[in-house]
Amino acid sequence: MKKRGPLLLFFISLIMLLSGCSSKLLVLDPKGPVAKTQSSTIIFSMIVMAVVLLVVYVMYIYMLTKYRATKANEGYEPPHIEGSKWLELIWTIIPIIIVVILSVVTVRTTNAVEKVPAGYEDQKPLVIYASSSDWKWHFSYPEENIETVNYVNIPTNRPVEFRLYAFGPITSFWVPQLGGQKYAMSDMVNKLNLVAEHEGSFFGRNSNFSGKGFAHMEFEVLAQSPADYTKWVDDVKKTASKLTEDEFNKLLDTPVVGRKTYSSTHLEFRPAPEGANGGHHHGGGDADAKDNTGSMDHSNMNMDDMESMDHSQHE
Amino acid sequence: MKLDEFFVTGEPMIYAAMVSIVVASLAILIGLTYFKKWGYLWREWLTTVDHKRIGVMYIIAALLMLFRGGVDALLMRAQLAVPENGLLDAQHYNEIFTTHGVIMILFMAMPFIIGLMNIVVPLQIGARDVAFPRLNAVSFWLFFAGAMLFNLSFVIGGSPDAGWTAYFPLASLELSPTVGNNFYSIALQIAGIGTLLTGVNFIVTILKMRAPGMKLMQMPMFTWSILITSVIILFAFPVLTVALALMMFDRMFGGQFFTMANGGMDMLWANLFWVWGHPEVYIVILPAFGIYSEIISTFSKKNLYGYKSMVASMVVISLLSFVVWAHHFYTMGHGAMVNGVFSITTMAIAVPTGVKIFNWLFTLQKGRISFTTPMLYTLAFIPIFTIGGVTGVMLAMASADYQYHNTMFLVAHFHYVLIPGTVFAVIAGFHYWFPKMFGFRLNERLGKLAFWLIAIFFNVTFLPLFFLGLNGMSRRMYTYSAGSGFGPLNMIASIGAVGLALGFVVLCYNIYWSFRYAPRENASDPWGGGRTLEWATHSPVPEYNFARTPNVKGMDAYWHSKKENQPLFEGKIEPIHMPNNSGQPFILGVIFFFLGFFLIFSWWIPSIIAGIAVIIMLAARTFERDHGRHIPVKEIIETEKKLGGELV
Repeated sequence: MKKRGPLLLFFISLIMLLSGCSSKLLVLDPKGPVAKTQSSTIIFSMIVMAVVLLVVYVMYIYMLTKYRATKANEGYEPPHIEGSKWLELIWTIIPIIIVVILSVVTVRTTNAVEKVPAGYEDQKPLVIYASSSDWKWHFSYPEENIETVNYVNIPTNRPVEFRLYAFGPITSFWVPQLGGQKYAMSDMVNKLNLVAEHEGSFFGRNSNFSGKGFAHMEFEVLAQSPADYTKWVDDVKKTASKLTEDEFNKLLDTPVVGRKTYSSTHLEFRPAPEGANGGHHHGGGDADAKDNTGSMDHSNMNMDDMESMDHSQHE
Repeated sequence: MKLDEFFVTGEPMIYAAMVSIVVASLAILIGLTYFKKWGYLWREWLTTVDHKRIGVMYIIAALLMLFRGGVDALLMRAQLAVPENGLLDAQHYNEIFTTHGVIMILFMAMPFIIGLMNIVVPLQIGARDVAFPRLNAVSFWLFFAGAMLFNLSFVIGGSPDAGWTAYFPLASLELSPTVGNNFYSIALQIAGIGTLLTGVNFIVTILKMRAPGMKLMQMPMFTWSILITSVIILFAFPVLTVALALMMFDRMFGGQFFTMANGGMDMLWANLFWVWGHPEVYIVILPAFGIYSEIISTFSKKNLYGYKSMVASMVVISLLSFVVWAHHFYTMGHGAMVNGVFSITTMAIAVPTGVKIFNWLFTLQKGRISFTTPMLYTLAFIPIFTIGGVTGVMLAMASADYQYHNTMFLVAHFHYVLIPGTVFAVIAGFHYWFPKMFGFRLNERLGKLAFWLIAIFFNVTFLPLFFLGLNGMSRRMYTYSAGSGFGPLNMIASIGAVGLALGFVVLCYNIYWSFRYAPRENASDPWGGGRTLEWATHSPVPEYNFARTPNVKGMDAYWHSKKENQPLFEGKIEPIHMPNNSGQPFILGVIFFFLGFFLIFSWWIPSIIAGIAVIIMLAARTFERDHGRHIPVKEIIETEKKLGGELV
């Protein structure tokens, strides 16, 4: 059967591409512990799956070459074979074992990426609210009391807690080299813990389709040394203008804008949908989630509460 | 409403499409009148309740939709071939990927499968028809009305543009103010009712109408897969019905189920959509498994290996398909615990699927494998689908999915599952059972040529997407910058898409060529290795399927009756009771089409009138006395003689 030729070729090129490109593909070129966990999970699963593929392909090629109809076996009557309890058990149990191994890895790594990365637990995370509106990203730094649009600067080797929400359709916050994505939605705040261990400029984007300008909805994450970062914050505080409510509303009404910098945040007049403002809360195993459980439990969502929080400014 | 809002305007491509639609419709109308085929069309096709003809109509519709969805795909690949391409604007691109997804899943894959099951299942179980023939026609016309309505959005009103998942709040009236997503909710609703009715019909057919002696565990594997699929339909489609109804309330009557303010929950839509949407994946894949099981066994001249574990795995898959939906939104922030649970249930599906792969491989063992066109598709399915399967396991791992989610990696994965899984299967089944529909086989040389084009260029198209995803390319981006480095791999994928399209063109040319030139064989078992009951009757199959009801004594009844020289049909020919043709299902479909159309544009008075017309149609049916008719023995014997069957 000629089929196996091209397929084997694809398989080999797959492996070669993987090994050749691994230093180039963004996801497999992590610059922080979260992305590192994810990329090693991916590579581990690729190896396991390559073994599975190999087994199937070897058997497949064997069956097709050995049992093809030829002139030599013209009168051959294939036997009636019901099946084999043992063989069928084997190819049930081995996949179960593989799935169990992968499940253990998955549960452990899923827990790991939801938490502050190991080794950074004792540091106070830098909280940055990242919210999307139409096709732009707003980054509010409550501690520093500054806000940027479409770019975000972070210090290296310090945990950053992004709090994600949206003033419009669901978007997904993704910085492939620092860690996988999470959704930003209008009625709750999602938390994403990232750490950059290398200085540099990283590509970030919304990866959940959100309408016309979606393709252009990118931002830059600039990881700076703590000293440079502090200097940048000071600079912003000195030079940038304040973000007024009018200015912010105007910003929301403009679908696409370039980079902006402000020396105050929108959180004061337009708080994020968390705590008393929240519809529901799905924080990822976070310590302070406990403090607010009373007001955040969405099973007894309070309609009065909902009215006071207005998400519909957005066109 | 102004006329320029009613018709889609501003794009030369749309005008060209409008002109071609008008020209094609006129050509059909004039042709039918000139050749005096109106009566024939009405008597033989539009009013038919014959399951085989309904099946053929499903397949014709599915092939048409394959081309509509295929053109969408080509346009997308053309747009993405080079960075910063200006061929399509964002809006047009968004509409195209939305309709591509909806059409390929709901108006191509599903009807193609339903078409094949309509033709084959009653034959495989030795029945004369489905349990409710008239309902079957209603199902078809509802599907057809929905499909036409959905396609109309292309030139009238504007297509839906929020993705085939129509996530809220993007799909809400607030953010998608055109009627596009009304088309989505109404057209899918009408087609969905048809599908639900089909599910009911086939459960009853398979459970109640099997030939005497055929136990459940002796049914052919395709029939088994359809039984399980029908059960999934029965449980999954009501969820879609409810979700679409809520969507309709939100968009047309000021409902607040999924809005951003007033307590609406966008996650509720995502949950409802995928509670239906994930089982839907198995609705289109399980019948494919059934088709492959039949073909692999026929062309290795062996019985299916591990029949019982094959059935068991399908049952397990069907159960698991309902408990994995949350893997579609791991990144919605439901925490490590929920993600962990859904990761495990999702990966667990790999186990029964793996069992099936190995059983197929061992069916080949000690067989005598002949490489016919249907067998080639089946054999290509195994290695390609396995890639789709293992990448599925990779996606199931929640921590890693944070990186794949919504990227080209995902797009590559589900095309690697759905194309070798469903598309190859329906093409294989189409070639395999074609003689049962028309009495001759499709050309093998052209069939193989189409196969090689499709199999090779499929990989050229979709393999690069895995790497694009890992390199940070999101799905549904209408353009990308040159600096992103996505250009070269996208170009390869686009070249592959052209090759893939070429394969489908050859496939269609083959149908045309074979209708004109292929030798008419009229053999009951043209492949020579048929094992199940459909090969025991003539090709093409007479209206009544079997002149006498077969007596089944075990699995692969036809094969064993041949080998052991035991007669399958005993007793004498008796008059056969058949249902009468009826124009009602067609008319009901037309009324539903208009009802849907009026609802979409919120034209309430015509909607109410159409709604009343539907009720009148249903009421009229309850008062109707139609006991069908009997085909006299003489006529049966004549038909049998004409078809060259052994007599009495």
